[in-house]
Amino acid sequence: MVIRTEGLSFSFGSQQVVKSLSLQVPEGSIYGFLGPNGAGKTTTIKMLLNLLQTDEGSIFVFEKELQTNRIAILSEIGSLIEQPAIYAHMSGRENLLNRAMLLGVKDARVDEMLALVKLTNAAGKKAGQYSLGMKQRLGIALALLSDPKLLILDEPTNGLDPNGIIEIRELLVRLTRDHNKTVFISSHLLAEIERMATHVGIINNGELLFQGSVKDLEAISQPQVYVETDNTVDAANLLKRNNYEVVDINHENLTVPFTSKKQMGEINALLNQNGITVFAINKQHKDLENLFLAITKSN
Amino acid sequence: MKGFILSFRSEFYKSRKTAGFWGAILLPFFVSLMALLIFYFKSEKFITMPAMMLWVQFALVALGLMGTLLLPMYTIFVAYSVNNVEHKADTWKTLFSLPISRWSVYGAKFAYAVFLVLLCLTLFVLFTITFGNLLSVLKPELKFNTYHLEWELTQVYFKLFLSSLGILSIQFLMSLLWSDFIKPMGVGFILTIVGVTAASKGWEYSYAFPYAHPMVALTTMFKNKKGPAQDIVIDVFTKDVFVAVAVSAVVFVVGYFIVQRKSVK
Repeated sequence: MVIRTEGLSFSFGSQQVVKSLSLQVPEGSIYGFLGPNGAGKTTTIKMLLNLLQTDEGSIFVFEKELQTNRIAILSEIGSLIEQPAIYAHMSGRENLLNRAMLLGVKDARVDEMLALVKLTNAAGKKAGQYSLGMKQRLGIALALLSDPKLLILDEPTNGLDPNGIIEIRELLVRLTRDHNKTVFISSHLLAEIERMATHVGIINNGELLFQGSVKDLEAISQPQVYVETDNTVDAANLLKRNNYEVVDINHENLTVPFTSKKQMGEINALLNQNGITVFAINKQHKDLENLFLAITKSN
Repeated sequence: MKGFILSFRSEFYKSRKTAGFWGAILLPFFVSLMALLIFYFKSEKFITMPAMMLWVQFALVALGLMGTLLLPMYTIFVAYSVNNVEHKADTWKTLFSLPISRWSVYGAKFAYAVFLVLLCLTLFVLFTITFGNLLSVLKPELKFNTYHLEWELTQVYFKLFLSSLGILSIQFLMSLLWSDFIKPMGVGFILTIVGVTAASKGWEYSYAFPYAHPMVALTTMFKNKKGPAQDIVIDVFTKDVFVAVAVSAVVFVVGYFIVQRKSVK
């Protein structure tokens, strides 16, 4: 395990924000740390970086205890917490050069990172004038600068446009697949995590509700096939006659539990062959709220 | 130690383009330039003075300003400036998640603040000497070149430097813990006014109050005040200077323990 916590707890005053958390992050995984805003994600991440002192419990990173091996562990971690911390009066390159100096990293690496996050052209511009997406990319470049084994990223796609999100996702997948890095990434978007994570931990009100592989999660989250046709009632009856379970139906659309992509094609063909026009058919995920309900029920 | 040096270099790199750094250079330049202009345009007032008095009068333009309000205010500003860089950029969390000990990060930042005050005061010495000698070239009737005050001036500014350390350490800790501008600056200015008032009224315990130290340092700098002075003898290590250094050492260590235990927001 790259990260292992046992009974991790933290309180701000009398309010307990993290409750007996036991995380297991395997090597080479993209671990999606999922939860709504205020669930305790950032607090947990700050404890993993030794920024907050834990009330109870222990943290092991690379199988070493964090308190007693702080510097050795931190030298293998790159992190981005909340909004990126950037000196606004310095250029993007200067921000990276400053960090390179502190980490003892060669200056050549700075240009590599600028190219990687596509900021080479804006490298000389003051970082204070960057857009939110550019700041976020600079933050990711800062996190990657020391070529760390473990990346801890707190909502790194915040403020990025769809292209930026896709680029980050591909970058993270590449890092884990080709360079055997481990990525711990927090998000409040289930779909976002499902697209890239190999493992998932779900936190709500400071408690870990679920932890396991993405496959395990899918068993609980049960994606739906959403179908929009010119005649919803006829379509529903036709599907039922063909042994499909229709879970929800209204004037506009109906939904069927998702089993495979092939099944979606078959539904489409079946409806078309029986003279029903399909306007839309796609796979849909439960939102977090419904997922929490499903997890609570399955427990 | 490596972490400390890296952090110190980084402090310099970060501050190069800030008012905190340039203040250390521009403040002594402009104050000394002002003294130069006064002596250049009002040279008739000073022509009759013996060279030693000429130097003393010339140096006192800057010393008078620094000893009263300017040095405490500059010190307060430096302490604010080196910490504000992190508050403004929200970078405490990144500084403290670097593979560098908290001690190095904290120690280097404090050392850099000390360095800025030292730089500023050193430049006061250099500019005063340079501009004094420049005056004897521009206005040969001002006989600056016939007397040397370099050593005494260095001693006085070194004494001022030591006397500012108490204020610096207290302000540094306040600026580190409070992210806003108003609290450390406000408290600092009020205490400075109290200190200057106490020192100028000759309060007997003002040597124990850090914010009075720069002014007390100037009043205790002459070793022998009796009789007409033929030569100036500077007393650097007076009671107030020892208190200032001791206060800074204690506050620095206390600050370290606070930083060690502090959660980083």
